Amino acid sequence: MSTRNLELEVMRYDPEKDEAPYFQKYTVPCPEEWVILDALNYVRDELDTTLAFRWSCHMMVCGSCGMMVNGEPSLTCKTFIRDLPDKVRIEPLENFPIERDLIVVFDDVIQKLHKVQPYIMRKDAPPEDKEFTQTPAQLMKFKQLTMCINCMCCYAACPQYGLDNNFIGPAALALAHRYNLDNRDQGKSERLDILADYDGVWECSFVGACSEVCPKHVDPAAALQQMKVDGAVEYWKQKLGMTGEKK
Amino acid sequence: MSRRPYVRPISKTTWFMRNGRYKIYVLRELTSFLVAFYSFYTICALAILASGSVEKWDSFITAQQCTGWAIFHAVALLYFLFFQTFPWFKLAPKAMPVQVGDKKLPDSYIIVGHYVAWIFISVFILWLAGAL
Amino acid sequence: MTIAKKAVVWGLFAAGGTLTSFVYPALIVLFLLTSMGMVPANLQFDQFYAFASSWVGKLCLFVVLFLSLWHAAHRLRVVVHDFGIRQDKLVARAVYTVASLGTVLTAFYLLTI
Repeated sequence: MSTRNLELEVMRYDPEKDEAPYFQKYTVPCPEEWVILDALNYVRDELDTTLAFRWSCHMMVCGSCGMMVNGEPSLTCKTFIRDLPDKVRIEPLENFPIERDLIVVFDDVIQKLHKVQPYIMRKDAPPEDKEFTQTPAQLMKFKQLTMCINCMCCYAACPQYGLDNNFIGPAALALAHRYNLDNRDQGKSERLDILADYDGVWECSFVGACSEVCPKHVDPAAALQQMKVDGAVEYWKQKLGMTGEKK
Repeated sequence: MSRRPYVRPISKTTWFMRNGRYKIYVLRELTSFLVAFYSFYTICALAILASGSVEKWDSFITAQQCTGWAIFHAVALLYFLFFQTFPWFKLAPKAMPVQVGDKKLPDSYIIVGHYVAWIFISVFILWLAGAL
Repeated sequence: MTIAKKAVVWGLFAAGGTLTSFVYPALIVLFLLTSMGMVPANLQFDQFYAFASSWVGKLCLFVVLFLSLWHAAHRLRVVVHDFGIRQDKLVARAVYTVASLGTVLTAFYLLTI
């Protein structure tokens, strides 16, 4: 097993001491099968106990170890050392305020996730002693969108969110689309009030970066384009009175 | 312990210089200038045609014939293909996914379909114009 | 109901984008051939006039130009936004006015022919 010295440039920020973030260098002897998260744990265990970062599962499930690795939003638990050059720059996810070191503040997106009403909404009461049924074909329509682990890499990649964070953004809109596509749900028109308003899907200019960085291949960019098509069709349906919905 | 989250500044005018992905995106968006240019150019041609004067039309056609314009059109054609037509076809299956039964139709089918249609349409237009 | 009016222009943008992707390469080739002195036969006055006189010809030309103009207008609005100019309402009014003007001119010339 070969070991390689990796030069890590890590962004540091201590809200109690520092005016602005700065970079600190660490040299880490890394076995080739390590991921960036292993290197960061080495730093914290062996070199500098003050380094703060989030992680939990180390297996692409929890979504808490998202960071910028050489400028690319990545889950550090799936970013292998062997795929990287000898110098690696680690920063907190872009487009979010930095709480401390590599930890960012997600409050804004958490609110947005609530705002899009990501749950099944029904107009009628559920059938007694029965569950709502769903065929494999109906599930397939949105299955990919359920894979999201809220790592927020897509928000770090989205320039439109970075420039104007009123934009609801990729993960929350993709999640809303997941419920819009669910045959058990009847809340689409209610959700559309939020999704197709200003700050909704129209702020997206299809850069497509969100889908390219998504570690779970959710493809939020595709979901957003489909929602725009929905919004455009729905607009004319309402104008032409082709819907029984409220005006 | 006091919280004092740090917000990193982003330039509103040069943000896309940060990475290659954003640069390609901006180059794609700039094709709108070409579309606007050729649309208004065609409208000008229609205006001259509408005047009903053969002389004006012929001098309009003659005025096109220079190396400068030829180079411009050649570059414009390549730029348009690589930053509008091809990317648009590549992204088309995202906006219009097709599901057959409980399987999603592979994106490549839809993309290839677009290319086939494009070749057919292009040949038709060139034939219609008498260029073939 | 609050589906933003952007839905309308986005619809035109998307339709126009699809159309230009298919049609504009051939259109630019026609311009290229003309500039190289190999003027396509049906772009001579009589032939082209005849084409633009027919209702099918008028309809084709109008649909192509109408959608292309609105596609370009909407995308230009986004470009201006991306380059950091944030007077979106003003920009929107400007680009859509030019697109409307182009649309009206197209219709006018086609009806004159």
